[in-house]
Amino acid sequence: MFYRLAGVYHTTYAGERKLWPVPADRWQALGVLALGLLAPLLVGDLYLSSYLLPWLVWTAAALSLTLLMGVAGQLHFGFAAVMAIGAYTAIHLTRFGVPFEIALLGAGLMAAAIGSLFGAAALRVKGLYLVMATLAMQYLVDWTIINVPAISGGAQATLQAPEVSFLGAPMTNDTVQYYGALLWAAFLTVFIMNIKRSAFGRALVAVRDKDFAAAVIGVNVFRYKLLAFFTSSFLGGVSGAVLAFCYYEAVTPEQFSFDVSIQFVAMVLVGGLGSVIGAYLGAAFVLLLPIVLTNLVAGLADSGLLTISQNLQSHIPLMAYGALIIAFLLFEPLGLAKIYDNLRNYFRVWPFQHTRN
Amino acid sequence: MTYFFELLINGALTGLMYALAALGIVLIYKSAGVPNLAHGAMIMLSAYFIYIFASLVGLSLWLAIPIAAVLMFVFGLVAERFLLRRMVGQPIIMIVMLTLGLEILLRGVAPGFLGAAPKSLDLGIGLAPMIVEGVFINRAYLYGAAVAIAMIAVSLLFFQTRLGTKLRAVSDDHVSSWSVGISVERAIGISWGLAGVSAVAAGALWGSVQGVDWTLSTLLFPAIAVVILGGLDSIWGVLVGGLLVGILGSVVPGYLDPLVGGGTRDVVTSLIILVTILVRPYGIFGREDIERV
Repeated sequence: MFYRLAGVYHTTYAGERKLWPVPADRWQALGVLALGLLAPLLVGDLYLSSYLLPWLVWTAAALSLTLLMGVAGQLHFGFAAVMAIGAYTAIHLTRFGVPFEIALLGAGLMAAAIGSLFGAAALRVKGLYLVMATLAMQYLVDWTIINVPAISGGAQATLQAPEVSFLGAPMTNDTVQYYGALLWAAFLTVFIMNIKRSAFGRALVAVRDKDFAAAVIGVNVFRYKLLAFFTSSFLGGVSGAVLAFCYYEAVTPEQFSFDVSIQFVAMVLVGGLGSVIGAYLGAAFVLLLPIVLTNLVAGLADSGLLTISQNLQSHIPLMAYGALIIAFLLFEPLGLAKIYDNLRNYFRVWPFQHTRN
Repeated sequence: MTYFFELLINGALTGLMYALAALGIVLIYKSAGVPNLAHGAMIMLSAYFIYIFASLVGLSLWLAIPIAAVLMFVFGLVAERFLLRRMVGQPIIMIVMLTLGLEILLRGVAPGFLGAAPKSLDLGIGLAPMIVEGVFINRAYLYGAAVAIAMIAVSLLFFQTRLGTKLRAVSDDHVSSWSVGISVERAIGISWGLAGVSAVAAGALWGSVQGVDWTLSTLLFPAIAVVILGGLDSIWGVLVGGLLVGILGSVVPGYLDPLVGGGTRDVVTSLIILVTILVRPYGIFGREDIERV
């Protein structure tokens, strides 16, 4: 019924490799984009700046990470540190009067340089040892930022983001910030989808599936692993800068702590490794579910339906978040992307279930 | 020079207590090949159990600790049976993330139900430092180190027993162990239980030093450094790795902290992890995995 494949004929190679070969998918993507563009008119300022905006920025970060973890198969438990490098670089560059557009580029390059430096060091190992090495990287970057006053602006300091404008639009009001985040998320979506169907992406997938086998068929494993770290860190650095300018409007080291790194990994896993739509769904789930749950419990407690202590109430997001990760890994290891795929397959033949083989 | 010896000795004692915290990770990795990142939270949970039975219920400490040990043994069995066993054959990222999810869950549950404020756990050790030749030695660390050495010795001896031999066989090869009639599932379950018991020892000692709250779960980081440095599947590695991590983590900050403004202990720990992985990923005593295509 929906997502119909009837009438979709590929007469050219280019047509067969389109991003959305099925018209229904294309319309759906355009519809979501239209909703995203109209969102400032549809929802209130509060929802826009405290739900939609962080969702988009976190999605952008999850997309950058899923390129590394899902497509290239390199585990990274220090992605928040990469974003911190980007955020601090962008803030310092703009404070020196560099235009925001160039500062974003500088943020990406700085994050990519340091990120691939660590990547190169960690590339002798894989799996668990890569997890540990990137975890150590997270602590090192954290410590450097906190203890070098030239970067953090002194102990316990918060660096305010200067007022900047992007392509002529001042990044101070909520709507412009929202569109900035939307632009970046949309760009990343198309970018990652294109990487996945390019020779570069296929080489990364070969490395992910078995690096020795990839080497045998002529993929330079070291080069592609390094490129994956470089690309992903670049995108992560820019995402960090976008996070700092569009959402927090300031930077402190705590915004990029180890727990945030774990959050990104959880988003990628809950969404589904290597999936673009999974990054959106995973970010929404991991970021928004604890907030929604907290509000729900707080509402119930306020209305007297539920009597729990303040202390327990404040720990519920943490419990929900942990239980969420465990539940997804146990019951749906392929993540929300798989659930979406199942639904899509169901509706594709609905109501003629028997035609599904 | 006294300052140096003070750092050295107290560092070595702290290191042995880190070794105690790391012992459980090795026990599990050795048999199951699972890196248990929830071990920090298991130590925290043990400390909360001891606190419940000693302070809230009012039992004697020497009764509370065995009860906590039994509970943690069961916790280990349950965690293995219902969480980790279902993940057999999954990619390592899934397993790592599952244990991290368990860590986050425990970090929410225990302080959530029992209160987040730090609670004191008095083992009756006393706060007065011991002074030997002008060197101040922390008495709690001294007793902790003694317990740690005892626990490590017990684990070494345990691997010589009949059950321990089975566990060693399982750690060598799951399929071969199956074929000679060893129940691999049971062996892995037992090693999880034993890791729980070792967490109780660590929880009691660290809880008495730091107070019982969620920060006990951050012991995971030094414990990881210990097992990476010593080798993920070696009990001797825990001892040597613990001593090295403890001494370096005490002597280096002792001289560097005044110069750079503090917090170098985490840097030393991170560098130990990074350098070990660069130079010798499988650690000092660990077994090198040979990968076949």
